[in-house]
Amino acid sequence: MARISAPLLDIRNLSVEFQTHRGPFRAVDGIDLTLESGELLGVVGESGSGKSVTMLAVMGLIAWPGKVKADRMTFDGIDLLALSPRARRKIVGKDIAMIFQEPMTSLNPCFTVGFQIMEALKAHEGGSRAERRRRTIELLEQVGIPAAESRLSAFPHQLSGGMCQRVMIAMAIACNPRLLIADEPTTALDVTIQAQILDLLVSLQRERGMGLVLITHDMGVVAETAQRVSVMYASQQVEEQPVDSLFANPHHPYTAALLQALPERSEEHLRLNTIPGMVPGIGDRPVGCVFHPRCAYADERCRAERPLLAPLPENPDPAKLVRCHYPLIGGQPSVRPDPHRSNPYRPESNHPASAEVRP
Amino acid sequence: MSEVAMTTDAPTAADPSVPVLEARDVQRHYQISRGLFKPALTLRAVAGASFTLLPGRTLAVVGESGCGKSTLARMMAMIEPPTAGQLTIDGSKVVGADKETLQQLRPKVQMVFQDPYGSLNPRKQVGRILEEPLEINTDLGAKERADAARVMIAKVGLRPEHYNRYPHMFSGGQRQRIAIARALMLRPKVVIADEPVSALDVSIRAQVLNLLMDLQVEYNLAYLFISHDLSVVRHIADDVMVMYLGRPIEQGSKPAIFARPVHPYTQALLAATPSTDPEARSRRLTVKGELPSPIDPPSGCAFHKRCPFATAECSVERPELRPVAGREVACHHAERVLASG
Repeated sequence: MARISAPLLDIRNLSVEFQTHRGPFRAVDGIDLTLESGELLGVVGESGSGKSVTMLAVMGLIAWPGKVKADRMTFDGIDLLALSPRARRKIVGKDIAMIFQEPMTSLNPCFTVGFQIMEALKAHEGGSRAERRRRTIELLEQVGIPAAESRLSAFPHQLSGGMCQRVMIAMAIACNPRLLIADEPTTALDVTIQAQILDLLVSLQRERGMGLVLITHDMGVVAETAQRVSVMYASQQVEEQPVDSLFANPHHPYTAALLQALPERSEEHLRLNTIPGMVPGIGDRPVGCVFHPRCAYADERCRAERPLLAPLPENPDPAKLVRCHYPLIGGQPSVRPDPHRSNPYRPESNHPASAEVRP
Repeated sequence: MSEVAMTTDAPTAADPSVPVLEARDVQRHYQISRGLFKPALTLRAVAGASFTLLPGRTLAVVGESGCGKSTLARMMAMIEPPTAGQLTIDGSKVVGADKETLQQLRPKVQMVFQDPYGSLNPRKQVGRILEEPLEINTDLGAKERADAARVMIAKVGLRPEHYNRYPHMFSGGQRQRIAIARALMLRPKVVIADEPVSALDVSIRAQVLNLLMDLQVEYNLAYLFISHDLSVVRHIADDVMVMYLGRPIEQGSKPAIFARPVHPYTQALLAATPSTDPEARSRRLTVKGELPSPIDPPSGCAFHKRCPFATAECSVERPELRPVAGREVACHHAERVLASG
């Protein structure tokens, strides 16, 4: 059982940098995350926001020349940054496991699914051949694959996408991990199969008391599964809240705008709310707040000074963090008293042109 | 073969009650070869669908992968001929029509594809991409074509300088705008959009959906909108057709279907769609199992093996579409399903 004192996963100020021809690019910039055992954290963001890279860094899967830096990155008290490759291999795949987006391409097409699950068991658990085989059948039954025994000898191309994802899940939970990272586990699947896979993941997580990080771009999926949600935008975390309060009362203008852009949250047949402009690319990360060029409430301070991920100024709650100078409260920006400025908040000042144009 | 109804070339003032596209029991079968000495199998990708498209209205086709919705789109766009059934576009019959008629009909139906990265030629500038349909189908001069392309570039929210750029210089959302502009260059009456926003992020998806809605009003377009995303369908559709294994199993007006889905599969689809609104979340009616193979479809109702309401009758006799509660449903037990609430 996990010790109660240290959180299962504790990340402070994680950044991941890649070299590009235009100089270093921070794909992940100052991420803080904590996860307790038995908790389900959702990480949402649009493509390119750095959500997958964050979790690859935890798994130690960032290859050279990518650089991973952090003030602290511990799993169950073990410092993941100081770990030797050999010691890391003992943890990754056993205590920390990951499920990837494309089930069809993450399985090896040349080996049977039985072999691939048994391979993980052999590397971490040992035991005799017969034991491993029995355990593999048990795992396939657990993830809801009918006629499990006969499926041991099936190759990935003989299974459907949903079945392949079940095999991936069986492989990930084979060694009873305490932390499971699911990177867009249902994006490639149909909705009825998506519902089945999400139900399976959540029930496994509850049964085993695992920590589960669910990476997704689908707001509906996090709303229905996660307990706590971290929203990412352009390499940074912009907001973190318990799931219900995030959807009821988003504090960051980006989260609020993203929710308003959902068709289900707007009147049928009317124009949808959009976020003007587009996600900044590799070469054009803005100075100050990363969201200011697209933010309806941005002012001089947002253009110059980068906000910190902090609790709300009024009645601070450590569970609700937001990276904004003027966090929204009930849809309206709060005004933070600022002695250095005469007019801290000017509504709609210099609203950026709404063209979606790359320079 | 001689029953080709020729219509006048003059664009008729769009009468909102005259369908621009009418499909009657269209089918598309494929032969699957199993080698030299075995007989080929027949895959019924679309096993019979009937619907009409009216100007200025959107029909959404909903279903999971493999249900035949893309094959349906390809037939409507005249990329593939129907194996059986009747297809009428703007008053002219397509099945059995001669080459000349088909040539006249093709500009009236245009398509927007799912993947904006794969559907634009990377070697051509945006201007050339937009002018190509005009070059092939009209006798406009180079200057007129360029002018038309520039007008369309502005219409879809791109900037004049984008005329000379290549597709790789654009983001996914902008590329989809280019694809939409290309589809509209010939002033079609019907636009077939095959998952046009599935590859886009939420904030960009909203921009492209707004563009599609604006253009529909401006050009009085009929949309055949194919999507698996029910929240998008709920937003833009007027009518909905739910397909399962090559057949429509429920079709009718969107408000009726979304307010009270009757077919157990439609109910399952709606229940499986994740929602951000805790109030809107219905009890999870998860269907078991997966979509059966269309090569060897189950006997009777194709859904009976996954259906919680199935009886012996369902495995024997295939239900036909019949009117129930203001829409058409193919289910033997529609009344019982409705009553169970």
